[in-house]
Amino acid sequence: MAADKESVANVVRVSVMVCLVCAIIVATASVSLRPLQQENRMEYRQVNILRAAGLYQPGMDVRTAFERIERRFVELESGEYVDRPEDYDQRRAARDPQESRALSEDPAGIRRQAKVAEVFLLHDDDGRLERVILPMHGYGLWSTMYGFLALESDANTIAGIGFYEHGETPGLGGEIDNPRWQRNWEGKRLFDDSSDLAIRVIKGAVPDDASEKEHMIDGISGATLTINGVNAMVRFWAGEAGFRPYLDRMRERNRADAGGNPVAHTDAGWR
Amino acid sequence: MTTAKAKSVLFEPIFNNNPIALQILGICSALAITTTLENTITMCLAVIFVLTCANFSIALIRNLVPSNIRIIVQMTIITSLVILVDQVLQAYHYALSRELSVFVGLIITNCIILGRAEAFAMSNPPVMSAIDGFGNALGYTVVLLFVGFCRELFGSGTLFGIPVMLPTTEGGWYYTNGLMLLPPSAFFLIGVFIWALRAWKPDQVEQDQFEIAPHTPARTSQAF
Repeated sequence: MAADKESVANVVRVSVMVCLVCAIIVATASVSLRPLQQENRMEYRQVNILRAAGLYQPGMDVRTAFERIERRFVELESGEYVDRPEDYDQRRAARDPQESRALSEDPAGIRRQAKVAEVFLLHDDDGRLERVILPMHGYGLWSTMYGFLALESDANTIAGIGFYEHGETPGLGGEIDNPRWQRNWEGKRLFDDSSDLAIRVIKGAVPDDASEKEHMIDGISGATLTINGVNAMVRFWAGEAGFRPYLDRMRERNRADAGGNPVAHTDAGWR
Repeated sequence: MTTAKAKSVLFEPIFNNNPIALQILGICSALAITTTLENTITMCLAVIFVLTCANFSIALIRNLVPSNIRIIVQMTIITSLVILVDQVLQAYHYALSRELSVFVGLIITNCIILGRAEAFAMSNPPVMSAIDGFGNALGYTVVLLFVGFCRELFGSGTLFGIPVMLPTTEGGWYYTNGLMLLPPSAFFLIGVFIWALRAWKPDQVEQDQFEIAPHTPARTSQAF
Protein backbone atom coordinates (compact mmCIF):
# COMPACT_ATOMS: atom_id res chain seq x y z
CA MET A 1 0.00 0.00 0.00
CA ALA A 2 2.67 2.47 1.02
CA ALA A 3 4.74 1.88 -2.10
CA ASP A 4 1.59 1.97 -4.15
CA LYS A 5 0.58 5.36 -2.77
CA GLU A 6 2.98 7.36 -4.92
CA SER A 7 2.22 5.51 -8.16
CA VAL A 8 0.76 7.29 -11.17
CA ALA A 9 -2.34 5.09 -10.98
CA ASN A 10 -2.99 6.21 -7.43
CA VAL A 11 -2.42 9.86 -8.30
CA VAL A 12 -5.07 9.58 -11.00
CA ARG A 13 -7.41 7.60 -8.76
CA VAL A 14 -7.23 10.01 -5.85
CA SER A 15 -7.59 13.08 -8.10
CA VAL A 16 -10.66 11.67 -9.81
CA MET A 17 -12.30 10.63 -6.55
CA VAL A 18 -11.65 13.95 -4.81
CA CYS A 19 -12.89 15.93 -7.80
CA LEU A 20 -15.97 13.76 -8.14
CA VAL A 21 -17.00 14.04 -4.50
CA CYS A 22 -16.34 17.78 -4.39
CA ALA A 23 -18.17 18.35 -7.67
CA ILE A 24 -21.22 16.48 -6.41
CA ILE A 25 -21.31 18.52 -3.19
CA VAL A 26 -20.88 21.85 -4.96
CA ALA A 27 -23.35 21.02 -7.73
CA THR A 28 -25.99 19.81 -5.27
CA ALA A 29 -25.70 22.96 -3.22
CA SER A 30 -25.77 25.20 -6.25
CA VAL A 31 -28.78 23.55 -7.89
CA SER A 32 -30.87 23.11 -4.77
CA LEU A 33 -30.31 26.67 -3.54
CA ARG A 34 -30.75 28.41 -6.88
CA PRO A 35 -34.50 29.20 -6.58
CA LEU A 36 -33.94 30.89 -3.22
CA GLN A 37 -30.97 32.83 -4.54
CA GLN A 38 -32.91 34.02 -7.58
CA GLU A 39 -35.73 35.20 -5.36
CA ASN A 40 -33.22 37.11 -3.26
CA ARG A 41 -31.71 38.72 -6.32
CA MET A 42 -35.14 39.73 -7.58
CA GLU A 43 -36.05 41.23 -4.25
CA TYR A 44 -32.74 43.08 -4.12
CA ARG A 45 -33.52 44.57 -7.54
CA GLN A 46 -36.93 45.66 -6.33
CA VAL A 47 -35.38 47.21 -3.25
CA ASN A 48 -33.08 49.20 -5.49
CA ILE A 49 -35.92 50.37 -7.69
CA LEU A 50 -37.73 51.54 -4.57
CA ARG A 51 -34.56 53.13 -3.25
CA ALA A 52 -33.91 55.02 -6.48
CA ALA A 53 -37.51 56.23 -6.33
CA GLY A 54 -36.96 57.41 -2.77
CA LEU A 55 -39.57 55.04 -1.34
CA TYR A 56 -37.43 52.58 0.51
CA GLN A 57 -37.33 52.35 4.27
CA PRO A 58 -35.33 49.62 5.97
CA GLY A 59 -37.49 46.79 7.23
CA MET A 60 -40.46 47.56 4.99
CA ASP A 61 -42.34 44.85 3.15
CA VAL A 62 -40.81 45.11 -0.29
CA ARG A 63 -43.46 43.06 -2.02
CA THR A 64 -46.39 45.22 -0.90
CA ALA A 65 -44.54 48.44 -1.59
CA PHE A 66 -43.71 47.21 -5.04
CA GLU A 67 -47.39 46.75 -5.85
CA ARG A 68 -47.62 50.50 -6.37
CA ILE A 69 -45.08 50.24 -9.13
CA GLU A 70 -46.09 49.33 -12.63
CA ARG A 71 -43.69 47.68 -15.02
CA ARG A 72 -44.01 48.69 -18.67
CA PHE A 73 -41.97 48.11 -21.79
CA VAL A 74 -40.77 50.81 -24.11
CA GLU A 75 -39.47 50.51 -27.64
CA LEU A 76 -36.45 52.77 -27.38
CA GLU A 77 -36.30 53.99 -30.95
CA SER A 78 -39.88 55.25 -31.11
CA GLY A 79 -40.43 55.85 -27.41
CA GLU A 80 -43.74 53.97 -27.59
CA TYR A 81 -45.04 51.46 -25.09
CA VAL A 82 -45.10 47.91 -26.41
CA ASP A 83 -46.24 44.61 -24.96
CA ARG A 84 -43.81 42.02 -23.75
CA PRO A 85 -44.38 38.88 -21.69
CA GLU A 86 -44.01 39.12 -17.92
CA ASP A 87 -40.73 37.21 -17.97
CA TYR A 88 -39.06 39.51 -20.51
CA ASP A 89 -35.41 39.83 -19.58
CA GLN A 90 -33.67 42.87 -20.96
CA ARG A 91 -30.22 41.42 -20.43
CA ARG A 92 -31.06 38.27 -22.35
CA ALA A 93 -32.70 40.33 -25.09
CA ALA A 94 -29.50 42.36 -25.48
CA ARG A 95 -27.71 39.18 -26.54
CA ASP A 96 -30.41 38.09 -28.99
CA PRO A 97 -29.69 39.44 -32.53
CA GLN A 98 -33.44 39.65 -33.23
CA GLU A 99 -34.18 41.65 -30.12
CA SER A 100 -31.19 43.93 -30.03
CA ARG A 101 -28.86 46.04 -32.12
CA ALA A 102 -25.10 46.42 -32.15
CA LEU A 103 -23.99 49.90 -31.22
CA SER A 104 -21.69 51.72 -33.62
CA GLU A 105 -21.22 54.54 -31.16
CA ASP A 106 -20.88 53.07 -27.75
CA PRO A 107 -19.81 55.55 -25.05
CA ALA A 108 -21.27 53.40 -22.28
CA GLY A 109 -19.28 50.34 -23.35
CA ILE A 110 -22.22 47.94 -23.58
CA ARG A 111 -21.72 46.70 -27.19
CA ARG A 112 -25.31 45.57 -27.80
CA GLN A 113 -28.50 47.19 -26.68
CA ALA A 114 -31.95 45.62 -26.42
CA LYS A 115 -34.53 47.31 -28.63
CA VAL A 116 -37.12 47.16 -25.90
CA ALA A 117 -36.36 48.38 -22.40
CA GLU A 118 -38.37 48.07 -19.23
CA VAL A 119 -39.44 51.11 -17.27
CA PHE A 120 -41.10 51.32 -13.89
CA LEU A 121 -43.86 53.80 -13.23
CA LEU A 122 -44.97 54.94 -9.83
CA HIS A 123 -48.45 56.42 -9.52
CA ASP A 124 -49.93 58.30 -6.61
CA ASP A 125 -53.31 57.39 -5.12
CA ASP A 126 -55.22 59.30 -7.81
CA GLY A 127 -53.45 57.39 -10.57
CA ARG A 128 -51.28 60.34 -11.51
CA LEU A 129 -47.72 59.62 -12.53
CA GLU A 130 -45.28 60.44 -9.76
CA ARG A 131 -41.96 58.89 -10.79
CA VAL A 132 -40.44 57.22 -13.82
CA ILE A 133 -37.67 54.77 -13.07
CA LEU A 134 -35.33 53.90 -15.91
CA PRO A 135 -32.88 51.01 -15.83
CA MET A 136 -29.42 51.72 -17.19
CA HIS A 137 -26.08 50.07 -17.41
CA GLY A 138 -22.60 50.93 -18.57
CA TYR A 139 -18.97 50.07 -18.11
CA GLY A 140 -17.05 51.63 -15.25
CA LEU A 141 -13.44 50.80 -14.49
CA TRP A 142 -13.63 47.05 -13.90
CA SER A 143 -17.16 46.03 -14.51
CA THR A 144 -20.51 46.76 -16.03
CA MET A 145 -22.52 48.78 -13.55
CA TYR A 146 -26.27 48.19 -13.42
CA GLY A 147 -28.51 50.77 -11.87
CA PHE A 148 -31.63 52.87 -11.99
CA LEU A 149 -32.33 56.52 -12.56
CA ALA A 150 -35.57 57.86 -11.13
CA LEU A 151 -37.15 60.97 -12.65
CA GLU A 152 -39.96 63.19 -11.44
CA SER A 153 -43.11 63.24 -13.53
CA ASP A 154 -41.72 66.14 -15.60
CA ALA A 155 -39.35 63.58 -17.18
CA ASN A 156 -36.45 65.91 -16.54
CA THR A 157 -35.77 66.39 -12.83
CA ILE A 158 -33.80 63.57 -11.22
CA ALA A 159 -35.40 62.05 -8.15
CA GLY A 160 -32.68 59.54 -7.35
CA ILE A 161 -30.08 57.13 -8.60
CA GLY A 162 -29.09 53.68 -7.42
CA PHE A 163 -26.88 50.79 -8.45
CA TYR A 164 -27.70 47.19 -7.79
CA GLU A 165 -24.77 45.45 -9.36
CA HIS A 166 -21.20 46.50 -10.04
CA GLY A 167 -17.66 45.35 -9.38
CA GLU A 168 -15.91 48.66 -8.81
CA THR A 169 -13.15 49.01 -6.21
CA PRO A 170 -14.65 49.04 -2.72
CA GLY A 171 -13.97 52.36 -1.03
CA LEU A 172 -13.10 54.16 -4.29
CA GLY A 173 -15.33 53.47 -7.29
CA GLY A 174 -17.57 51.49 -4.96
CA GLU A 175 -18.53 54.81 -3.37
CA ILE A 176 -21.15 55.16 -6.11
CA ASP A 177 -23.24 53.19 -3.62
CA ASN A 178 -22.72 55.87 -0.99
CA PRO A 179 -26.11 57.46 -0.17
CA ARG A 180 -24.46 60.80 0.53
CA TRP A 181 -23.05 60.95 -2.98
CA GLN A 182 -26.28 59.69 -4.48
CA ARG A 183 -28.16 62.49 -2.75
CA ASN A 184 -26.19 64.86 -4.99
CA TRP A 185 -28.31 63.79 -7.90
CA GLU A 186 -31.63 64.74 -6.40
CA GLY A 187 -33.19 67.79 -8.01
CA LYS A 188 -30.66 68.02 -10.84
CA ARG A 189 -32.02 68.27 -14.36
CA LEU A 190 -31.18 66.13 -17.37
CA PHE A 191 -32.05 68.68 -20.06
CA ASP A 192 -31.51 72.42 -20.22
CA ASP A 193 -34.10 75.01 -21.27
CA SER A 194 -33.47 74.42 -24.97
CA SER A 195 -34.03 70.68 -24.41
CA ASP A 196 -30.41 69.73 -24.94
CA LEU A 197 -28.88 67.00 -22.84
CA ALA A 198 -26.93 68.87 -20.19
CA ILE A 199 -26.39 66.54 -17.26
CA ARG A 200 -22.78 65.66 -16.49
CA VAL A 201 -20.66 64.42 -13.64
CA ILE A 202 -17.62 66.62 -13.23
CA LYS A 203 -14.26 66.08 -11.59
CA GLY A 204 -14.27 67.49 -8.08
CA ALA A 205 -17.06 69.40 -6.41
CA VAL A 206 -19.48 71.63 -8.26
CA PRO A 207 -18.56 75.27 -7.57
CA ASP A 208 -21.32 77.26 -5.91
CA ASP A 209 -21.33 79.93 -8.60
CA ALA A 210 -21.37 77.58 -11.61
CA SER A 211 -23.94 78.73 -14.13
CA GLU A 212 -24.97 75.17 -15.03
CA LYS A 213 -25.11 74.03 -11.45
CA GLU A 214 -28.44 72.32 -11.84
CA HIS A 215 -26.96 69.99 -14.46
CA MET A 216 -23.67 69.23 -12.72
CA ILE A 217 -22.90 66.44 -10.25
CA ASP A 218 -19.88 66.19 -7.92
CA GLY A 219 -17.30 63.57 -8.83
CA ILE A 220 -15.74 61.17 -6.34
CA SER A 221 -12.07 61.62 -5.61
CA GLY A 222 -10.02 58.51 -6.30
CA ALA A 223 -12.70 57.20 -8.62
CA THR A 224 -12.25 59.25 -11.78
CA LEU A 225 -12.52 56.32 -14.18
CA THR A 226 -15.63 54.90 -12.52
CA ILE A 227 -17.17 58.36 -12.53
CA ASN A 228 -16.36 58.80 -16.22
CA GLY A 229 -18.23 55.55 -16.74
CA VAL A 230 -21.23 56.78 -14.75
CA ASN A 231 -21.20 60.02 -16.71
CA ALA A 232 -21.09 58.21 -20.06
CA MET A 233 -23.78 55.80 -18.90
CA VAL A 234 -26.27 58.44 -17.77
CA ARG A 235 -25.66 60.56 -20.85
CA PHE A 236 -26.04 57.54 -23.12
CA TRP A 237 -29.30 56.36 -21.58
CA ALA A 238 -30.77 59.88 -21.46
CA GLY A 239 -29.64 60.48 -25.04
CA GLU A 240 -31.05 59.70 -28.49
CA ALA A 241 -29.97 56.06 -28.41
CA GLY A 242 -31.46 55.64 -24.96
CA PHE A 243 -34.70 56.92 -23.45
CA ARG A 244 -34.67 60.35 -25.11
CA PRO A 245 -37.55 59.63 -27.52
CA TYR A 246 -39.59 58.21 -24.67
CA LEU A 247 -38.86 61.13 -22.38
CA ASP A 248 -39.63 63.63 -25.16
CA ARG A 249 -43.00 62.02 -25.70
CA MET A 250 -43.69 62.15 -22.00
CA ARG A 251 -42.84 65.82 -21.80
CA GLU A 252 -45.01 66.62 -24.81
CA ARG A 253 -47.79 64.86 -23.00
CA ASN A 254 -47.14 66.93 -19.90
CA ARG A 255 -47.30 70.13 -21.93
CA ALA A 256 -50.61 69.04 -23.44
CA ASP A 257 -51.85 68.41 -19.92
CA ALA A 258 -50.76 71.80 -18.74
CA GLY A 259 -52.77 73.19 -21.69
CA GLY A 260 -55.92 72.28 -19.79
CA ASN A 261 -56.61 68.72 -20.84
CA PRO A 262 -56.66 66.48 -17.78
CA VAL A 263 -57.44 63.16 -19.48
CA ALA A 264 -54.01 62.17 -20.56
CA HIS A 265 -52.65 60.02 -17.75
CA THR A 266 -55.48 57.58 -17.64
CA ASP A 267 -56.09 56.94 -21.33
CA ALA A 268 -55.26 53.50 -22.57
CA GLY A 269 -51.80 54.00 -24.03
CA TRP A 270 -50.51 56.18 -21.26
CA ARG A 271 -51.40 54.75 -17.98
CA MET B 1 -4.59 10.63 28.03
CA THR B 2 -6.54 11.22 24.82
CA THR B 3 -9.02 13.54 26.50
CA ALA B 4 -6.22 15.58 28.00
CA LYS B 5 -4.64 15.85 24.58
CA ALA B 6 -7.93 16.74 22.92
CA LYS B 7 -8.38 19.48 25.47
CA SER B 8 -5.00 20.98 24.79
CA VAL B 9 -5.50 20.67 21.02
CA LEU B 10 -8.75 22.57 21.44
CA PHE B 11 -7.63 25.29 23.82
CA GLU B 12 -3.96 25.82 22.99
CA PRO B 13 -4.70 27.83 19.81
CA ILE B 14 -6.95 30.28 21.65
CA PHE B 15 -4.30 32.11 23.62
CA ASN B 16 -1.13 30.05 23.81
CA ASN B 17 -0.70 29.38 20.13
CA ASN B 18 -3.10 31.79 18.52
CA PRO B 19 -2.99 31.58 14.71
CA ILE B 20 -3.21 35.35 14.29
CA ALA B 21 -1.35 36.60 17.35
CA LEU B 22 1.51 34.11 17.47
CA GLN B 23 1.71 32.61 14.01
CA ILE B 24 0.61 35.89 12.31
CA LEU B 25 -1.55 34.03 9.79
CA GLY B 26 -4.87 35.02 8.24
CA ILE B 27 -4.40 38.74 8.78
CA CYS B 28 -5.88 39.74 5.41
CA SER B 29 -9.45 38.83 6.23
CA ALA B 30 -9.09 40.37 9.67
CA LEU B 31 -8.56 43.72 7.96
CA ALA B 32 -11.32 43.48 5.42
CA ILE B 33 -14.49 42.43 7.17
CA THR B 34 -14.19 43.65 10.74
CA THR B 35 -15.88 47.04 10.31
CA THR B 36 -19.08 45.71 11.86
CA LEU B 37 -19.64 42.94 14.39
CA GLU B 38 -22.34 41.32 12.29
CA ASN B 39 -19.96 40.81 9.37
CA THR B 40 -17.25 39.68 11.75
CA ILE B 41 -19.40 36.99 13.32
CA THR B 42 -20.61 35.71 9.96
CA MET B 43 -17.03 35.49 8.79
CA CYS B 44 -15.96 33.69 11.98
CA LEU B 45 -18.78 31.15 11.67
CA ALA B 46 -17.81 30.54 8.06
CA VAL B 47 -14.18 30.00 9.03
CA ILE B 48 -15.12 27.70 11.92
CA PHE B 49 -17.21 25.59 9.56
CA VAL B 50 -14.64 25.48 6.77
CA LEU B 51 -11.64 24.86 9.02
CA THR B 52 -13.31 22.09 11.04
CA CYS B 53 -14.74 20.28 8.02
CA ALA B 54 -11.61 20.74 5.92
CA ASN B 55 -9.36 19.34 8.65
CA PHE B 56 -11.73 16.42 9.19
CA SER B 57 -12.03 15.44 5.54
CA ILE B 58 -8.35 15.89 4.81
CA ALA B 59 -7.39 13.76 7.80
CA LEU B 60 -9.86 11.14 6.61
CA ILE B 61 -8.03 10.60 3.34
CA ARG B 62 -4.53 11.52 4.52
CA ASN B 63 -3.19 7.97 4.06
CA LEU B 64 -4.40 7.75 0.47
CA VAL B 65 -3.19 11.07 -0.87
CA PRO B 66 0.09 10.91 -2.81
CA SER B 67 2.45 13.48 -1.39
CA ASN B 68 3.13 15.22 -4.70
CA ILE B 69 -0.52 16.23 -5.20
CA ARG B 70 -1.42 16.73 -1.55
CA ILE B 71 -1.60 20.53 -1.67
CA ILE B 72 -3.93 20.56 -4.65
CA VAL B 73 -6.13 17.93 -3.00
CA GLN B 74 -6.30 20.05 0.16
CA MET B 75 -7.13 23.14 -1.88
CA THR B 76 -9.89 21.31 -3.78
CA ILE B 77 -11.55 20.26 -0.54
CA ILE B 78 -11.20 23.70 1.03
CA THR B 79 -12.51 25.42 -2.09
CA SER B 80 -15.57 23.18 -2.25
CA LEU B 81 -16.40 23.92 1.37
CA VAL B 82 -16.02 27.66 0.81
CA ILE B 83 -18.30 27.54 -2.24
CA LEU B 84 -20.81 25.68 -0.09
CA VAL B 85 -20.72 28.45 2.52
CA ASP B 86 -21.02 31.11 -0.16
CA GLN B 87 -24.04 29.42 -1.74
CA VAL B 88 -25.81 29.01 1.59
CA LEU B 89 -25.17 32.66 2.47
CA GLN B 90 -26.53 33.80 -0.88
CA ALA B 91 -29.66 31.76 -0.32
CA TYR B 92 -30.39 32.58 3.31
CA HIS B 93 -28.56 35.81 4.15
CA TYR B 94 -28.43 37.71 0.92
CA ALA B 95 -27.71 41.11 2.44
CA LEU B 96 -24.80 39.75 4.46
CA SER B 97 -23.42 37.87 1.51
CA ARG B 98 -23.43 41.09 -0.52
CA GLU B 99 -21.57 42.91 2.24
CA LEU B 100 -18.96 40.21 2.57
CA SER B 101 -18.85 39.85 -1.24
CA VAL B 102 -15.50 38.49 -2.35
CA PHE B 103 -14.20 37.96 1.16
CA VAL B 104 -16.24 34.80 1.61
CA GLY B 105 -14.49 33.42 -1.45
CA LEU B 106 -11.19 34.62 -0.09
CA ILE B 107 -11.49 32.27 2.89
CA ILE B 108 -9.85 29.87 0.43
CA THR B 109 -6.66 31.88 0.61
CA ASN B 110 -6.78 32.23 4.39
CA CYS B 111 -3.39 30.82 5.34
CA ILE B 112 -4.73 29.38 8.60
CA ILE B 113 -6.81 26.82 6.75
CA LEU B 114 -4.16 25.48 4.40
CA GLY B 115 -1.64 25.80 7.23
CA ARG B 116 -3.63 23.59 9.60
CA ALA B 117 -4.40 21.09 6.85
CA GLU B 118 -0.74 20.71 6.01
CA ALA B 119 0.64 20.93 9.54
CA PHE B 120 -1.93 18.94 11.49
CA ALA B 121 -4.57 17.13 9.44
CA MET B 122 -2.05 15.35 7.21
CA SER B 123 -0.54 13.55 10.19
CA ASN B 124 -3.39 13.11 12.70
CA PRO B 125 -6.64 11.14 12.84
CA PRO B 126 -9.89 12.80 11.67
CA VAL B 127 -11.58 13.58 14.99
CA MET B 128 -8.46 15.08 16.52
CA SER B 129 -7.95 17.12 13.33
CA ALA B 130 -11.50 18.40 13.49
CA ILE B 131 -10.89 19.48 17.10
CA ASP B 132 -7.67 21.18 16.05
CA GLY B 133 -9.50 22.98 13.24
CA PHE B 134 -12.25 24.08 15.60
CA GLY B 135 -9.73 25.31 18.17
CA ASN B 136 -7.74 27.30 15.65
CA ALA B 137 -10.91 28.80 14.23
CA LEU B 138 -11.83 29.82 17.79
CA GLY B 139 -8.44 31.47 18.18
CA TYR B 140 -9.10 33.36 14.96
CA THR B 141 -12.58 34.25 16.22
CA VAL B 142 -11.28 35.68 19.51
CA VAL B 143 -8.98 38.12 17.72
CA LEU B 144 -11.56 39.05 15.09
CA LEU B 145 -14.25 39.69 17.70
CA PHE B 146 -11.88 41.99 19.58
CA VAL B 147 -11.02 43.87 16.39
CA GLY B 148 -14.63 43.98 15.18
CA PHE B 149 -15.88 45.17 18.58
CA CYS B 150 -13.41 48.04 18.74
CA ARG B 151 -13.86 49.06 15.11
CA GLU B 152 -17.63 49.16 15.21
CA LEU B 153 -17.83 50.80 18.62
CA PHE B 154 -15.30 53.56 17.93
CA GLY B 155 -15.84 53.82 14.18
CA SER B 156 -19.62 54.04 14.08
CA GLY B 157 -20.63 54.29 17.75
CA THR B 158 -22.77 51.17 17.41
CA LEU B 159 -22.66 47.48 18.35
CA PHE B 160 -24.51 45.06 16.09
CA GLY B 161 -25.97 48.15 14.44
CA ILE B 162 -27.55 49.31 17.71
CA PRO B 163 -26.40 52.82 18.70
CA VAL B 164 -24.33 52.77 21.88
CA MET B 165 -22.63 56.13 21.62
CA LEU B 166 -24.77 58.46 19.53
CA PRO B 167 -22.57 60.08 16.87
CA THR B 168 -22.59 63.83 16.25
CA THR B 169 -23.95 63.25 12.72
CA GLU B 170 -27.17 62.07 14.33
CA GLY B 171 -27.28 64.72 16.98
CA GLY B 172 -25.36 62.85 19.67
CA TRP B 173 -22.12 63.63 21.44
CA TYR B 174 -19.73 61.05 19.99
CA TYR B 175 -17.42 62.21 17.22
CA THR B 176 -16.81 59.01 15.23
CA ASN B 177 -13.26 57.93 14.56
CA GLY B 178 -13.06 57.54 10.79
CA LEU B 179 -9.72 55.74 10.97
CA MET B 180 -11.44 52.82 12.68
CA LEU B 181 -13.46 52.17 9.53
CA LEU B 182 -10.35 52.00 7.36
CA PRO B 183 -8.29 48.80 7.06
CA PRO B 184 -5.11 50.11 8.77
CA SER B 185 -6.91 50.39 12.10
CA ALA B 186 -7.19 46.59 12.16
CA PHE B 187 -3.40 46.43 12.03
CA PHE B 188 -3.13 48.71 15.04
CA LEU B 189 -5.73 46.72 16.96
CA ILE B 190 -4.10 43.39 16.18
CA GLY B 191 -0.81 44.93 17.27
CA VAL B 192 -2.38 46.01 20.55
CA PHE B 193 -3.85 42.52 21.00
CA ILE B 194 -0.47 40.88 20.45
CA TRP B 195 1.18 43.32 22.84
CA ALA B 196 -1.38 42.62 25.57
CA LEU B 197 -1.14 38.87 25.00
CA ARG B 198 2.65 38.85 25.21
CA ALA B 199 2.64 41.03 28.30
CA TRP B 200 0.38 38.40 29.88
CA LYS B 201 2.32 35.40 28.53
CA PRO B 202 5.95 36.54 28.25
CA ASP B 203 7.08 33.16 26.86
CA GLN B 204 5.52 34.18 23.53
CA VAL B 205 7.98 37.02 23.15
CA GLU B 206 10.34 36.12 20.36
CA GLN B 207 14.09 36.20 20.75
CA ASP B 208 15.70 39.07 18.92
CA GLN B 209 17.03 37.88 15.61
CA PHE B 210 20.20 39.86 16.16
CA GLU B 211 21.70 41.98 18.87
CA ILE B 212 23.33 45.28 18.32
CA ALA B 213 27.02 44.93 19.09
CA PRO B 214 28.52 47.25 21.72
CA HIS B 215 30.26 50.33 20.47
CA THR B 216 33.81 49.89 19.31
CA PRO B 217 36.29 52.76 19.20
CA ALA B 218 36.48 54.49 15.82
CA ARG B 219 39.30 53.16 13.68
CA THR B 220 39.87 56.18 11.52
CA SER B 221 43.63 55.75 11.53
CA GLN B 222 43.39 52.45 9.65
CA ALA B 223 40.98 53.83 7.02
CA PHE B 224 43.36 56.52 5.89
